[in-house]
Amino acid sequence: MPLTAADNQVMDSIINRYPRSRSAIMPLLHFAQSKDGYVTPESIEVIAQKLNLETAEVSAVATFYTQYKRKPVGEYHVGVCTNTLCAVMGGDAIFEALKDHLGIENDEVTADGKVSVEHIECNAACDYAPVVMANWEFYDNQTVQSAKDLVDAMRQGNPPAPTRGPNKLPTWKENSAVLAGLNDGRANEGVQAGEPSLLGLKISKEQGAK
Amino acid sequence: MTKLTPVLSASWDQKDSFTIEGYKRNGGYKAVEKALSMAPDDVIQLVKDSGLRGRGGAGFPTGMKWGFIPQGDNKEHYFVVNADESEPGTCKDMPMLMANPHVLVEGIIIGSYAIRANHAFIYIRGEVTHIIRRVQQAIEDAYKAGYLGKNILGKGFDLELVLHVGAGAYICGEETALLDSLEGFRGQPRLRPPFPAIAGLYARPTVVNNVESVASVPAIVNNGVEWFASMGTEKSKGFTLYSLSGHVKNPGQFEAPLGVTLRELIALAGGMRNGNKLKFWTPGGSSTPLFTEEHLDTPLDYEGVAAAGSMLGTKALQIFDETVCVVRAVLRWTEFYKHESCGKCTPCREGTWWLVQILKDLESGKGEAADLDKLLDLCDNIAGRSFCALADGAASPIISSLKYFRQEYLDHLANGGCPFDPAKSTLFALTEAGAN
Repeated sequence: MPLTAADNQVMDSIINRYPRSRSAIMPLLHFAQSKDGYVTPESIEVIAQKLNLETAEVSAVATFYTQYKRKPVGEYHVGVCTNTLCAVMGGDAIFEALKDHLGIENDEVTADGKVSVEHIECNAACDYAPVVMANWEFYDNQTVQSAKDLVDAMRQGNPPAPTRGPNKLPTWKENSAVLAGLNDGRANEGVQAGEPSLLGLKISKEQGAK
Repeated sequence: MTKLTPVLSASWDQKDSFTIEGYKRNGGYKAVEKALSMAPDDVIQLVKDSGLRGRGGAGFPTGMKWGFIPQGDNKEHYFVVNADESEPGTCKDMPMLMANPHVLVEGIIIGSYAIRANHAFIYIRGEVTHIIRRVQQAIEDAYKAGYLGKNILGKGFDLELVLHVGAGAYICGEETALLDSLEGFRGQPRLRPPFPAIAGLYARPTVVNNVESVASVPAIVNNGVEWFASMGTEKSKGFTLYSLSGHVKNPGQFEAPLGVTLRELIALAGGMRNGNKLKFWTPGGSSTPLFTEEHLDTPLDYEGVAAAGSMLGTKALQIFDETVCVVRAVLRWTEFYKHESCGKCTPCREGTWWLVQILKDLESGKGEAADLDKLLDLCDNIAGRSFCALADGAASPIISSLKYFRQEYLDHLANGGCPFDPAKSTLFALTEAGAN
């Protein structure tokens, strides 16, 4: 991670959020991923220096959390939920079909660097199962076909917008910056809620109208 | 017909419900004005009197938790919100924060004022980028409007609120692991005591509350204790979000008084998908022992679910119909616990690994009948023998599924493999066959 003056400023502002600087490790690792796409040995050193820690202390944190990648992922990183409910509802079939369709295994990237896949755990959208995440944006109620279409569009550089998310799917690096707490100004884009989230409210209003 | 009580979800159908304008139009930030005019101890008393209990799983009384913070101790206090919603099946806090992040911000201001904290944190899971955007924007807008920062509403109260984004570790939903993670360490649970109320974040008195618990506070401040107690049951007061997922016709969120039954909720969800029979379900996420059809009329409040042998948990009602193999379901959950075990305590780290090996053999028909007792013996040596409850959660689906479906495990052995067709359980198999 070759640091520009602007990067340095951003990192300092992240550190200044916290009463104690060590708390900034996680957002700094997200920030490192926004620069390089993954956590490089160099960024471990930079963060250690910034926080006055040993590199081993930063590495220990980076290797504990699955969202920090030790090797490059695709421009679009696709996570298929295969925890029990999504798996049963079709997640297993979607994950198998995507690996076959892309010719890659779990945690691998296509040769063009566009798409990587990973099976993920419950992403707190069970009422939208089966759920697929791309760069940690929601693609709800997927089928084998819709998931294949999604990755095909990614490889052509024009993925459809997430179901509940911004108007256009950001890249992995762009979204890593959001996870570092940097506002990309897109909070107002997209729906406020999907249909399942509104179901109880809708029924309640129908009850009230009767 | 079951009466629903949308309070938290009341504004979700308005396009701008997540903006500060939308929130204020619906009466937002009125409670904070009222609360900041009260003595902090009176705010704690109000929340105690309301009977509000933690909505993150354990059901501990929220006001009592606030009351545990020592006052006049000349130490910094911290208010931390657990937004690391990751328990399998749990999907209530994320839609709330997407549609209305300001209700959480308002609850945080009130809670921080009550416990006399000038620094608050929201620890949110990292795999939900758009929700993170919404919460970040809400915090920035609350600062601009003078609800956060120095001398809030001219009342002399200062509060800094920081959004901290996790990085994909289920264990950080455990409150002491969350605090370690927030301090910049690997997310591993701490031995208690001391409890966070005495030595929490940076070894200072700290409250850790679930999103829904904190978000319920503004409505209580606005409408009063009696209003809140008019909903729910004697010991489980108020409204809450029930999340129905899986094989019902229309999955979704239902905000209802505590004590509603699954039979009532399934009716609201349009019945079982395809007219199929209910086979098993979780009352509060995968860590709560499974229920079956015989529990359809169990009141879904803290006492009712506990009396029937499970836990209300996060009210994550995952519904599985007769097409689903319970052994497959339990194996997958067990793989999850093995993956998410932080590795600190040996019984959990090693035990979950062995549970997966045995269940894999059983599912593929390679095990033997004695393995069922071995599973139970292992569970007995894992549950309750670690720092946190992850291992207890891992044991729950195994013990409960053996209680209700022992024969199905044995059928796998007799059959030499799984007797179920997984295609029949999928969402699209049904719709593509036009059977939905």
